[in-house]
Amino acid sequence: MTIWRGMACAVLVLVVCLSLFASWLAPDGYAKQYREVADAPPSATHWLGTDEIGRDRFARVLYGTRISLLLAPAAALLSTLMAALIGGLAGYVGGAWARIAMAITDLFLSLPWLFLLITVRALLPLNVSPLVSVLVTFLMLGLLGWTAAARVLCTTAGTLRGSDFVRQARASGISPTRLFWIHVAPNLKPVLYAQFWISIPVFILSEANLGILGLGVAEPMPSWGSLLRELEGLVSIGEQPWKFVSLLLLVIVVTSFQLVLSQEEAAA
Amino acid sequence: MLGLLPALAAAQGELRFCLRSEPKTFDPLKVEDDASVAVRYLTGGVLVRMNRQTQALEPELAQSWKVSKDGKQITFKLRSGISFSDGTPFSAEDVAYTVRQMMDPALHSPTGDAFRSGPGNVETKIISPTQISITFPASVAGLDRQFDQVAIVSAHSPKKEMAVLGPFMVAEYKSGASLLLKRNPNYWKTDAQGRKLPYLDSIKLDIQPNRDVEMLRFKRNELDLINSLDSEYFDKLATTAPQVVHDAGPSLDSEQMWFNEVAKAPLPPYKKAWFRSAAFRRAVSQAINRDDMARLVFRGHAQPAMGPFSPANKFWFDAKLKPIAYSPDAALKSLQSEGFRFENGTLKDKDGNPVVFSIITNSGNKYRERMATMIQDDLQKIGIHINVVTLDFPSLIERMTQSFDYEAILLGLTNVGLDPNEEMNVWLSSSENHQWNPKEPAPETTWEAEIDRLMRLQASSADPKKRKEAFDRVQEIVVEQSPFIFLVNRNALSAVAQDVQGAAPVILVPQTYWNVERISLK
Repeated sequence: MTIWRGMACAVLVLVVCLSLFASWLAPDGYAKQYREVADAPPSATHWLGTDEIGRDRFARVLYGTRISLLLAPAAALLSTLMAALIGGLAGYVGGAWARIAMAITDLFLSLPWLFLLITVRALLPLNVSPLVSVLVTFLMLGLLGWTAAARVLCTTAGTLRGSDFVRQARASGISPTRLFWIHVAPNLKPVLYAQFWISIPVFILSEANLGILGLGVAEPMPSWGSLLRELEGLVSIGEQPWKFVSLLLLVIVVTSFQLVLSQEEAAA
Repeated sequence: MLGLLPALAAAQGELRFCLRSEPKTFDPLKVEDDASVAVRYLTGGVLVRMNRQTQALEPELAQSWKVSKDGKQITFKLRSGISFSDGTPFSAEDVAYTVRQMMDPALHSPTGDAFRSGPGNVETKIISPTQISITFPASVAGLDRQFDQVAIVSAHSPKKEMAVLGPFMVAEYKSGASLLLKRNPNYWKTDAQGRKLPYLDSIKLDIQPNRDVEMLRFKRNELDLINSLDSEYFDKLATTAPQVVHDAGPSLDSEQMWFNEVAKAPLPPYKKAWFRSAAFRRAVSQAINRDDMARLVFRGHAQPAMGPFSPANKFWFDAKLKPIAYSPDAALKSLQSEGFRFENGTLKDKDGNPVVFSIITNSGNKYRERMATMIQDDLQKIGIHINVVTLDFPSLIERMTQSFDYEAILLGLTNVGLDPNEEMNVWLSSSENHQWNPKEPAPETTWEAEIDRLMRLQASSADPKKRKEAFDRVQEIVVEQSPFIFLVNRNALSAVAQDVQGAAPVILVPQTYWNVERISLK
């Protein structure tokens, strides 16, 4: 383990722990509006000041981090499993199945995902609670984000299918299911790990993009995307550096994921 | 000779500001978009002009005018000795030509729409080269004021609509980049000292939709004016250069929310019953803290709205209307008297259904999102739970006008004109823009029938007093019934560089340059 990877892991653990203890560190919650001290600078009561309608920014950053950091890996897990199912199986089976699966993957890849997300969002029922809206947002990200990983897994599984040790195992009369679980799946694992880790920052940033467009997590629930909206436009630059905490945190977390990931990729 | 020097000095200079989109036309009769309206204002000569400061009608190309008692006919006495920018003389023939063109159904002139009060043809009668009477088939409410928007085009000039009677003329147009207007050498106006107007040599209009770029360029002294500033930008500029920003007070624009009252809307019957209850709507209105909204969302650059018209509309605003008092206790009491009950922090109707609804607004508009979040917090206090939904604009419009699949909407209304006739399409129950329940075959409630009657009455009357009485009553009914819950009127914010002289920003469009011919540069 390099020192950078160790530091990155430590940062991620610290950030996750902080966000998990959000209800203890910010007991008044993320939605309470202190309207008399709106848009206030940091103080002993509000460590990162308050937003335009008086909500405690520290609480919102903690809860937003919790949401983004818990749900982005969940979406990454979903997309990686879908990629494994579609790409891995297609590569392993090969032939016409692989061509059909990859054609479908290409079709999904060619879709402008942002517009697709906006359209799907517009079709959803309106009367859903903020919590459901969060889950739906990340579920959509997970369901739409498997395509690139599926291609990688298809190629890897295809290579494994033609490898000497798989041919040898097949020649020895092993059943296809056993062959897959004993010889192919373990060799796909490092690629799956790498794809999982790659997807997390991608989904964090995707949610942030949706949030900046006002289409992410519903109010009053915070997420990194909705917190980043504070930095929209020229007006945010300059006088209030504490507003940049959410951006800084996003950069640190995504960078940490990349540092952790580089090791996983090397392993893959 | 010495007396001429200040005039010559003042006559030099180029005013620079931005249009936020490309003008779609230079033909003043086809103008529809904001950018083209701006160009028409700067280049077009009109018979009468509404003074944007006093809101009174003043003579321009017409020395005087008279409207008949039935509101069908208007007679103008025109100034003589005036020429278009290309030298073509101006006469009553040009006015007749303009009116004929404007009312030609084949041209589809948006300007002409305001004059289409009934079936039949418009008759123009040239009494002399400086006198003309125009007769419409039916009474046109506020007939003389409508001519503020009618820029006269030449009947004979080979340059067609590019020959103008206004203070400036189009000299150069770079598509997507800029528009250069040069002073009209034949402009007829002079100032009190007899100096020819306008003072400026030219106006450079850069086409720039990005507000950040506009503000940066203003700060670098590359622009002289900014219209319709956002409150955040206003405060940002005010911290560094308080002398350049202007808050002209509440504008005509309003922010409002409304409930879906469409009978065929795909909503559960109990929700339809809430939304169609005036007591429920009034209670929601009472539970919203408009003062906080104006103070926080618009940083104090907005006023709590009192009704359909802003107090900025000096003549038409009903002074009897009072601010809607914020009182969650009174709101809850009124709901309880309607059979609702407050249990464990949740309001329930008489059948035990918890009061939960969604409110949609357009995504990307952070002001509206903040307003919706504040409403969510305010209504929580009386046990009403709101889900805030932001949708892209086309999806929102589709739900609002086609599928009616929504519960409540928060949007804004931009008002340009002062006359209530311009809002006929909102208040008549048969209208498409009667948003809470569009295109009713017949008014579904007695109060909507009364609004229909009063709106038609004011539209057909030529007596301003009668019209005012009728529209005052409309405003009172709207507040009583709250089909729209008016929230705030934004202030008209602008910025004017220090080297600009004579600018006096107002609430009405075009805010900073309404007196453009008298603006000069240091």
